[in-house]
Amino acid sequence: MSSSSASLKNDLSPVTLKLLAEHGMTRGEYDTLLGILGREPSLAEFGVAAAMWSEHCSYKSTRIHLKTLPTTGPQVICGPGENAGVIDIGDGQAAVFKMESHNHPSYIEPYQGAATGVGGIMRDVFTMGARPVANLNALRFGDPSHPKTKSLVAGVVAGIGGYGNCMGVPTVGGETNFHASYNGNCLVNAMTVGVVDANRIFYSAAAGLGNPVVYVGSKTGRDGIKGATMASGEFNADSDSKRPTVQVGDPFVEKLLLEACLELMATDAIIAIQDMGAAGLTSSAVEMASKGGLGIVLDLDKIPLREASMSAYEIMLSESQERMLMILKPGCESQAEAVFKKWELDCAVIGTLTDTGRIVCTRNGKTEIDMPVDPLVDKAPVYDRPWEATPAQPEISASAYPLPQGETILTVLQKLIATPDLCSRRWIWEQYDSLVRANTAQGPGGDAAVVRLDDSAKALAMTVDCTPRYCAADPVRGGMQAVVETWRNICAVGAKPLAITDNMNFGNPEKPRIMGQFVGAIQGIRAACLALDYPVVSGNCSLYNETSGTPILPAPAIGGVGLMPDVSKTIGLAFQSEGETIYLLGETKGHLGQSLYARELFGKEEGAPPDVDLKAERAHGDWIRALIDARLLTACHDVADGGLLIALAEMVIARGVGAGIEKTGPASFWFGEDQARYVFTTRNPAEIDQRAAAAGVFVTKLGVTSGTALTLSGVGSVPVETLRTAHESWLPAFMGGA
Amino acid sequence: MHTAIVVFPGSNRERDAALALERVTGRKPHIVWHAESTLPKVDLILLPGGFSYGDYLRTGAMAAHAPLMREIKARAAQGVRVWGICNGFQILCESGLLPGVLMRNKSLKFICKPVTLTVENTATPFTTLCHTQQELRLIIAHGDGNYFADRATLDRLEGNGQVAFRYRENPNGSVNDIAGIVNESGNVLGMMPHPEDAVEELQGSTDGRILFESLLKAVA
Repeated sequence: MSSSSASLKNDLSPVTLKLLAEHGMTRGEYDTLLGILGREPSLAEFGVAAAMWSEHCSYKSTRIHLKTLPTTGPQVICGPGENAGVIDIGDGQAAVFKMESHNHPSYIEPYQGAATGVGGIMRDVFTMGARPVANLNALRFGDPSHPKTKSLVAGVVAGIGGYGNCMGVPTVGGETNFHASYNGNCLVNAMTVGVVDANRIFYSAAAGLGNPVVYVGSKTGRDGIKGATMASGEFNADSDSKRPTVQVGDPFVEKLLLEACLELMATDAIIAIQDMGAAGLTSSAVEMASKGGLGIVLDLDKIPLREASMSAYEIMLSESQERMLMILKPGCESQAEAVFKKWELDCAVIGTLTDTGRIVCTRNGKTEIDMPVDPLVDKAPVYDRPWEATPAQPEISASAYPLPQGETILTVLQKLIATPDLCSRRWIWEQYDSLVRANTAQGPGGDAAVVRLDDSAKALAMTVDCTPRYCAADPVRGGMQAVVETWRNICAVGAKPLAITDNMNFGNPEKPRIMGQFVGAIQGIRAACLALDYPVVSGNCSLYNETSGTPILPAPAIGGVGLMPDVSKTIGLAFQSEGETIYLLGETKGHLGQSLYARELFGKEEGAPPDVDLKAERAHGDWIRALIDARLLTACHDVADGGLLIALAEMVIARGVGAGIEKTGPASFWFGEDQARYVFTTRNPAEIDQRAAAAGVFVTKLGVTSGTALTLSGVGSVPVETLRTAHESWLPAFMGGA
Repeated sequence: MHTAIVVFPGSNRERDAALALERVTGRKPHIVWHAESTLPKVDLILLPGGFSYGDYLRTGAMAAHAPLMREIKARAAQGVRVWGICNGFQILCESGLLPGVLMRNKSLKFICKPVTLTVENTATPFTTLCHTQQELRLIIAHGDGNYFADRATLDRLEGNGQVAFRYRENPNGSVNDIAGIVNESGNVLGMMPHPEDAVEELQGSTDGRILFESLLKAVA
């Protein structure tokens, strides 16, 4: 650090102090900036540094922990650090995927916040040359009785549908939870999966001295300025006043941008490309130049603007949507122009690459920004924040919660299956086009979605999972559980899990308890990924998910992607026909800590979450997959939230084929949430018994599919239609009129 | 059978339609960009689903004024089959090739789900292989599928047998449960459900095939 900056340190003007506060920049970070520049920054330079060093862009609180995650493997083509992760899916093809949060904007303006979240993640995927083939999402809302919950659900769901449907990308899966900790801070995580030829992947590192820098897409406006900064601070009562920082999406323009980019990518005109997401032109220009070890000169007067009077600061920090920055081969400008003209998009050569290592931006002929590129990236602050481990919760006995007076296993089932966290999400997913592109082999409502590859017998399986109440009680177990649940869901349809993306939603990392949740979850995710050879290839962190000091239940949402070598072997969770033998794979100890049974029936959110046996998860997943590959199973479903009887109920409801269950047990057997379990059906029980014995896995015969009711030996019977009505009614009734 | 699919900015089910046409006819369709001035000589012109021009102004309203629509109208007048599916149906109504209008769904929400249709008219080239009141299980995926026409138009449609398909359970508020209509000559069909997404087992229903196969027979 230069001595001049040190002398300035005690001498900040009120104007500078106000700027620091507005941009969430610390005094120490400002001193670093002064050291880099050797002078005071212009407003635009200040804005560029503040955006680059925001939590959202720099991962300053999480970087040292994220580095511990396993990110390599024979299937990994590109791990974290690019716009999205890339894995090898054979036959010269690759899957490109990532999940990203849009939590803060969605709370302030649910429709546009959610819509632009979906738009942003799709751009991350097609920036790499991949055609998006599927969208998923993970949504967490506040308590249903909270006055904002209903309108947030309505707005977020409409926004996700509004964007994805128009783009012609099917929304095939996701999950939704309700909990009071999200009352003031909903979570909207969107994931996109794309497919590209492995030799046609595009990266963001700029290359080629003097090569033209080209802007394409929507015009730049004043929307979303400082969005990255907003996403890096806590909410408070006047958050609604931040509405102007929420971007406005135009899915039609993004559809044109998608088709235009893919058309131009089929030629050799593009050297590097990056979308303008968080921190807009700032992060795309700086990151592209930095990765290429080059400098960049931008003439901001050339940028297509919505309002001519925009300043350099506003142009650099705008988060207007549907924009891309690309480096072209020299001489390819007119070729690019022709493609973008066909698709009726703005495009402009706005600068060139230099060897100065500096980003230089002029506006109205005046140099507004002249800063070295590398320090903006390399000198981004890295914090090893103090953290405290979450105290261990007591293990709850399997006999802690016997059936309440007057209830039977089946009356409890009917109550549980109609609760906000276990009821059908049909009201949500019927608002998403899940079938466009004609490849959806399995859409919403199953364990994993299955989407066939174009002109192929292969398919990708994908899912998003996390159980935040487990993560709050024990972040390590919770992080593991999120990973293994995606693993199970992918295995349950018959696919081989390949890799994950993580979307880490936490509270304020400056609080040691919250930072401890983050560190614990990373430890859990790491352990699970290592045990399953299931690396992390992309991810996103969303911190400061707190309102007036109340943090959310931590939610490290995991998106998993797997490969189905033969789509015709895919199975679902619906019981197919009568007379099939129903098995349970895995041991049931009756784990009631953090169970929905304890929460919904007894009002208890307590105890340790279920233990995760990574060896059993791997063995069971591999075994199930082999059975499905041998066409021995007719249905399969992982056992998760709510336990075994919820899984069975979902399997009878799906197609109306009932079941007679001979196996008996206490409430903890039916509603305990032990992990590493699957329910499956077969027409060949002898073969299953033989294979189970040979593999040394623990299976239990539960009963046989039959009739149109779910019958439990010694308990009674309930018609499938009654279960269906209970399962399907809550959400439409809650959302009635919305 | 030679076919062409017209692609507008924002169309997004052209690929589904192309796959279905290729599967049933054994021949790849011509994909024609809306700004082109001529259409190849074909037996069927298909306007696919999607969000042409982002559904801005009104669904189908901008696409209905594409230069190529003049040519499509001329071909339709010559008896060439024109098939608008979903957004294509909306474009046909906006262009005047079919009567009526498609309004926002009664629920005011986008709806994607399977529905059951009944075939009301088996005398069109799109339905010759169907039997009367045959049920077809197809998906819908639209926000604006609520068909409406004034009383006189409806009487004419019903009287002429121009209602091609009806919903068994009305999902969107369409008048008379109308899911698809043909013009007076029967060579222009508009429908909201997606037969192109129901041509193979993987899609959960193959009930859409019969419409493509009917066309194949009609032009043979």
